[in-house]
Order: sequence, then structure tokens, then C-alpha cells
Amino acid sequence: MTKRLTMLFLTLALVLSACSAPTAAPASATVAPQTLTVFAAASLTSAFGEIGKAFEAANPGVTITFNFGGSQTLRTQIEQGAQADVFASANAKEMDALVTGTLVSTDAAKVFLTNQLVVILPAKNPAGLKTLADLSKPGLKLVLAAKEVPAGNYALQIIDKLDKSIGAGFKDKVLANVVSYENDVKQVVAKVQLGEADAGIVYVSDSVAAPELQKIDINAEDNVIAKYPIAALSKSSNPALAQAFIAYVLSEAGQATLKKWGFLPVK
Amino acid sequence: MRLRRSRHHRISTNSQSDWLFVLPGLLLVALLGLPLLALIIHAIAPDFFANILSDSALAALQLSLITSGLSLVISLVTGTPLAYMLARWDFKGKAVLELLIDLPIVLPPSVAGLALLIAFGRQGIFGSLLTLIGISLPFSTAAVVIAQTFVSAPLYVRAARIGFAEIDPQLEEAAVVEGASNWQMFREVMLPLAGRALTSGAILTWTRALGEFGATILFAGNLEGVTQTMPLAIYLGLERSLGVAVALSVMLILISVLLLALVRKLDKSD
Repeated sequence: MTKRLTMLFLTLALVLSACSAPTAAPASATVAPQTLTVFAAASLTSAFGEIGKAFEAANPGVTITFNFGGSQTLRTQIEQGAQADVFASANAKEMDALVTGTLVSTDAAKVFLTNQLVVILPAKNPAGLKTLADLSKPGLKLVLAAKEVPAGNYALQIIDKLDKSIGAGFKDKVLANVVSYENDVKQVVAKVQLGEADAGIVYVSDSVAAPELQKIDINAEDNVIAKYPIAALSKSSNPALAQAFIAYVLSEAGQATLKKWGFLPVK
Repeated sequence: MRLRRSRHHRISTNSQSDWLFVLPGLLLVALLGLPLLALIIHAIAPDFFANILSDSALAALQLSLITSGLSLVISLVTGTPLAYMLARWDFKGKAVLELLIDLPIVLPPSVAGLALLIAFGRQGIFGSLLTLIGISLPFSTAAVVIAQTFVSAPLYVRAARIGFAEIDPQLEEAAVVEGASNWQMFREVMLPLAGRALTSGAILTWTRALGEFGATILFAGNLEGVTQTMPLAIYLGLERSLGVAVALSVMLILISVLLLALVRKLDKSD
């Protein structure tokens, strides 16, 4: 009986200690290990991966955990209590929502890059597309990000603008060609890479990360300039480290990495 | 409750040690139950019915019912004879075949979706042959049905195989003595005797098809009214508004509870 009770207490102790584990840091380590959780828009996957490694190298003992996804999904996760230290969104709307919800303090968000969009085609360009007007070719398989995702919203804005410059029912024909609204922009790239879609509209940075794809540039007046804001979350368990990471993203080295991945730096 | 039935087995223990069972058990029950409870609490809001009756929600529900119904029919028509062969016949490679059929049950749906895309996609190994005759599966409703069948049919085959295997071989022998053909025996002896197992397997399969997400979004994409089933609408609903996603989730939970209750009823009435 006593044995069983001991076991019960041991189990309880284990459960309780597991709950409080994150605060317990081994005293013997010379550099206290710290972790930083960064929620970032899916389009930042490659660039932030590299920035994260550089930041870890510059700050021994620091481990960065990334959660990449559609900005809207990330916002919902944060609103529902997901523990994050930094949020990098692909549009102002999701960041503003967090400011309204007091999860990010007012004026904390800084624009750290801009991005534009481009039409991507599979390496073999099976539909033989040459110009933006070709997007209205009947029977074409076009993939966009869902309109709720920033990339999808921007794509629709561009189609609206092109409708005015190209005319001839361009918008209706293009939207009739959409075979899928993917839940984030990386899925659009994947569908084009696999050759399942004839074309997709993604960020320039995505096309840089997939150099084998062909592309059709969208000129400046029809394009959209996406501004990406970044901020530390007010519930961050390590605000100092969060600020250090943001400072690194805005630093010359961070901006150079972003530029390498096809983003337009703000400095 | 089942608990009472086994009481006479543990006359020697005292009730204090009951906690060793109750406490860990309760922890798991809480883990399983609380998230579902939270969804239901969250869903109780004035806009619940507006969310459920929105056009995109209804389109998703309709598409889900049609595609999962079709995939169930395919599972039944092809899975029943397959399960019968596996249960009653002996042939070379049977063990390998059984393993292959069970595999999709444990595979992550994303693996299933990727495999389907690489096999039957437009540029896929077999899909490129289909392209030659003008068939393109990805982004079509057919792709949804294929994805659902891929992940759910194995559940049915498994249940049906066990159902057929449990039938007393003497009945089979008697039927053979009576001069029944293989087909007659199957239809008049085996099918009725395994009926309950087949039905409960079919319902489980349907539930699984209804909930299919990962393979669908990879292989079939997401287009309202064409490939956007309820699980996809829930996921995309997260991008749109939490309310719609929660309302759809609760509806899916209700359907699943009903179907599972039906399975239990069938299993118990032995």
C-alpha cells in the first residue's frame, strides 16, 4: 500500500515538474540556454531560416524555434494563447489585429522589408505562357493563395489592376482558371514546382527560392508592394532576446540576407 | 457501466488504491474531452446558425457528403471481395498484401497526398499516361474521392476481413457439401453472417473519409464547391473567421458522434 502511494506521489511530482520545466535552467552551464519562438509568414521560410542560424551563431546558448504559416493562421494561434516571442506578418492587417487585442503594444511593430509579386510557371511551361494577358487563356490551371492569406489578397488586387489595363473580361476569365486557392503561398509554389498547375502568383522572394521555375514579371504600376511588419509580443517570456532578434533582422547583416532571398530591404 | 461487471475480480484490494486507476485515467479523459468541450462552448454564440448556414459552409457540407458517400461505395464494392479473399483463401504473398493494405491506416495523410500526387498527378508516373487520354485528376472532385478512398478503404477491408474470418468453417463446408458455388456461398452464407462486422466497418470508413484532410489538400487542392470539403473549409475558415471554423468543427463532431454511436450499438447487439 505504501509502495503504491509512493508511486502515486512520484507520478504527481513528475507531472508537476514537467509543467514547470521551462523555467528550470541547469545551473552548471556557462551560458544560460535561452529559446526564442518566432512566428513568421510562410514566405519568410528560407530567409528567416538563414537569419535564425546566423543569430544563433552570434548568440551562444540561444535556440530559435520557428513556426511558419499563413499570417492569418499565426495570428489566430497567437490570439488563442500560443506562446510566441516575435511575430513577423506578411501584411499590416494581422499585426494591427494583435495591436487591437493588446497582444502587441502600440507602435511596437516595425516594417522590416517589402515584397512584390510575380507569376511563376513550371520549368517546362507546358501551357506556353508568355505574357500576363495569357493568364486568361481558357483551360489554363492557375493556382492562387486563398484570398484570406496576404499573398492571395495581393494576387486578387493585381488581377483587378490588370483587368483595367488589359480589359476584355480579363478578370472573369482569369478567376475561372483558378483550380485551387491554397492555404499558404508555399503551397502555390509547390503545386507549380510539381507541374500540376500551369501558373501561380507568388512573392518575388518565393521565385528566388525556386530558381528552376520560369516567371513573368508584373510591372510596377500593376504590382502591389507588400509591407511586412515585425514586433515582439507583449506576453513574450524573453522580451530582451525578442528585441535583439528584431534588431538583428533590421541590421545590415539581416537586411542583406533578406535581399539575397528576393525581398526588398527597407534600409 | 462495465466497471461493475468486473467487481468480483478484485475482492482482495481495498478501495484506497482505486485512485491509481482513476487519476491517470481521468488525466487522459480530460486531455481527450476538454478540447472538444471547449469547441462546443466556443460555438455557442448567436452567430452559430449564421455560420453553419453560410453558403461556403453548406457547399462544403454537401461536397463532403457526396465525396465521402462515393468513396464509401468504392470501398464496399472493391473492399468486400478483397476482404473475403484475404479471410478465406490461401495464396502466395497474402501476408505482404495484408501489410500493404494496412499501411495507409498508419501513414500520415501528408505522405498519402504526396504519394497520390506523384503517382496520379498531371506530371505523375501514372498520371502522365492519364494526361495522354485527356484525364487530369488533381484539383478535381474525383481527386477528393480518390484521396478519401486511399485513407479510409483499408479500415473497411480490415473490419470485413476479421468479420469473414470469424465465421465457423463448418458452415462453409456444409455449404460446399450442399453443392453451393463460391458466389452462392458468399452471397447466402458469408455476407449475412458477416453483415454486422461489414456495417460497422463501413460506418468507420465513412467517418474517416468524412474527416480526411491532409491527402485531400495536397492532391485535390482547395476550391469551394469542387474540392473544398468540410475539413478544408475548417482549416481555411481559420484564415477567415474563427466562428465559421468552430461551427463547422462542431457539426463534424456531431456527425461523427452519431456514426460512432451507431457502430457501438451494432457491436454490442451480439
